[in-house]
Amino acid sequence: MLHYFLRRFLIAIITVIAISILSFAIIQLPRGDYVNTYVAQQTASGTQISAEESENLRKQYGLDQPMWRQYLTWISNVLRGDFGLSFEWQRPVSSVIGERLMLTIVLTSAAVVFTWIIALPIGIYSAVRQYSPLDYLFTFIGFIGLAIPSFLVALILMYLGFKYFNADIGGLFSSEYVNAPWSRGRVWDLMKHLPLPAMVLALSGTAEVIRVMRANLLDELRKPYVSAARAKGLTEWQVIMRHPVRVALNPFISTIGYLLPYVISGSVIVSLVLSLPTIGPLLLRSLLAQDMYLAGAIVLLLGVMTVIGTFISDLLLMWVDPRIRSEM
Amino acid sequence: MSKTTTPDTTDQRGLTLRRDVSVDSQLRMTWRRFRQHRLAIIGAVVIALFYLVVIFADFLAYADPRAGEAGVGLVSPQRIHFIDNGSISPYVYQLEGVRDPNTFQRVYTPNKNKKIPVVFFVRGYEYKLFGFIPTDRHLIGVEGAKAEESLFLLGTDVQGRDLWSRVMLATRVSMTIGLVGVAISLVLGIVLGGISGYFGGLIDTLIQRLIEILRSIPTIPLWMGLAAAMPREWSILQVYLSITIIISLVSWTQLARVVRGRFLSLRYEEFVLAAQVIGCRPPKIIFVHMLPSFLSHIIAVTTLTLPAMIISETSLSFLGLGLRPPALSWGTLLQQAQNVQAIAMTPWLLIPAIPVIVVVLAFNFLGDGLRDAADPYATVRGKGF
Repeated sequence: MLHYFLRRFLIAIITVIAISILSFAIIQLPRGDYVNTYVAQQTASGTQISAEESENLRKQYGLDQPMWRQYLTWISNVLRGDFGLSFEWQRPVSSVIGERLMLTIVLTSAAVVFTWIIALPIGIYSAVRQYSPLDYLFTFIGFIGLAIPSFLVALILMYLGFKYFNADIGGLFSSEYVNAPWSRGRVWDLMKHLPLPAMVLALSGTAEVIRVMRANLLDELRKPYVSAARAKGLTEWQVIMRHPVRVALNPFISTIGYLLPYVISGSVIVSLVLSLPTIGPLLLRSLLAQDMYLAGAIVLLLGVMTVIGTFISDLLLMWVDPRIRSEM
Repeated sequence: MSKTTTPDTTDQRGLTLRRDVSVDSQLRMTWRRFRQHRLAIIGAVVIALFYLVVIFADFLAYADPRAGEAGVGLVSPQRIHFIDNGSISPYVYQLEGVRDPNTFQRVYTPNKNKKIPVVFFVRGYEYKLFGFIPTDRHLIGVEGAKAEESLFLLGTDVQGRDLWSRVMLATRVSMTIGLVGVAISLVLGIVLGGISGYFGGLIDTLIQRLIEILRSIPTIPLWMGLAAAMPREWSILQVYLSITIIISLVSWTQLARVVRGRFLSLRYEEFVLAAQVIGCRPPKIIFVHMLPSFLSHIIAVTTLTLPAMIISETSLSFLGLGLRPPALSWGTLLQQAQNVQAIAMTPWLLIPAIPVIVVVLAFNFLGDGLRDAADPYATVRGKGF
């Protein structure tokens, strides 16, 4: 068990390091560096900067150092909570991201929970009533959910919302709460706005989870212990809920691992379409403006979020499934 | 089932070789299995049609997709009248645009007195069929007027460019970008998955960890970061190629997993052992002996990778980080439908979403059918619906 834990932990650490290198690479990719951008900006506003001055700036920011050195400086700053300066906002990256990161976490967690709320009962139903009309219907809807990228679902919903309810369904807050400080009213307002975008995000993952649940439960339903439970005289509901569903549930927890990267990816685009105040739109804006420290920090944070989520799901699985504990 | 009709024969040892046993080749069994999957057949037909559009995009378009006509901006999809005075001869009414003095929007009203006949195989803008035959014939067009100014099957965008024609040409880009991407990830997936599964041990562990790491990174932010780093002055072709490479960076992992799994199960089969014993080199064993035995699986997985690629390209272009106008793809067309105002006023700009959905569904159905059919010996469990 300890071995399992350590292994997972090690993989998580390595993944985080890999993601940090990728994020740094993204920061470095565009041609020229911050000083070029700065010089161009100053020149545009009429201030001339001599070559000597820009050299000094480079030294000051450590841009004359070799690449691995710069990476180490950057990552050690990040570990201390200093993500660098956003050129565009002229503020520390951490203060720009702040609340948006929290809202992103709330949104993606809600999406994962919704995925389960939708997929779990449907998966059970489809397995128990295999080949029934509703089973076919759900499979079909699942396929559609799989086929339509979530941003298109968002676009279509926005169109329908406008056409039939004459309402803009975007955003996470009503207009009076957008810039308001946190209060009970604002939290409630968030709760009211959250379900729609969370459902949009959940839709694409649902199909996959229904499939997994259906297949797992079908496998379990054929096992002798189910017959034994029936022979004991349990009602059909008890037979299914008490034993096979619990076994079939395990992969559910392990699906967080691949669900999360998916949902987080989707949240970036869906947030843009529905203009949600998550870090998705911020990422796009920073990339278009080549505000690379901000962009790199966001990619890094989204990646780390995924890794943490996956790691937690691994631990949960270890807790729920005794087979994993004994195996290791 | 193909029953051979030759009579039973007796070999030298006097054993009767029964010939009334049905013999089916693997290919035939696969095909039979596939045929039962009705949705997969439909998917295959739809995809074939889309690739026909790819080949004949210019022929199917009727207006120059890049020529804007300021006078016909944001025309809504037009109705074609099929019956004229009791006989079948399709026509459309000439549209007359007037600027509304209150909203400053152009309002178009059909002029009931001016009928423009819609005809087949007419002359329009010049293009090269198959890339080398210069011609100006188009499937449909109008008589006695310029198509750009009078025919609007799906409406026009802000700059008055015809949406139908643009969708036709966008299909070409969107449907091929996935193919190039799949080709790249196919090579990566087979080579790395093959090495991983064939050799096992440390190499296997390393490659598996790499895949695990790649799969745990949320793709869209990563792609966005990489795509944003493309220099603005790059040509359409350069951007196109880099987008495919960026997308295939992650998608090879799934293929590699399938290939590895197959290799692991085949590694100790007798025919592989035999090949090793007679001294075949690993590349030969991998590509000549092992690969063909699970080719059908690879085809199935590839088919399931394609829709993911199409969605990726559409998403990136939609964000303005993928292909950029003047390049035409479903994603760049959808860029115009990005905000609620645009959707509310001009819902037809959402039309390019339809081919995306249809094609992705078709690929999924086809891939599912192929996956089931790839293993003709397996018992039918999930009837695949």
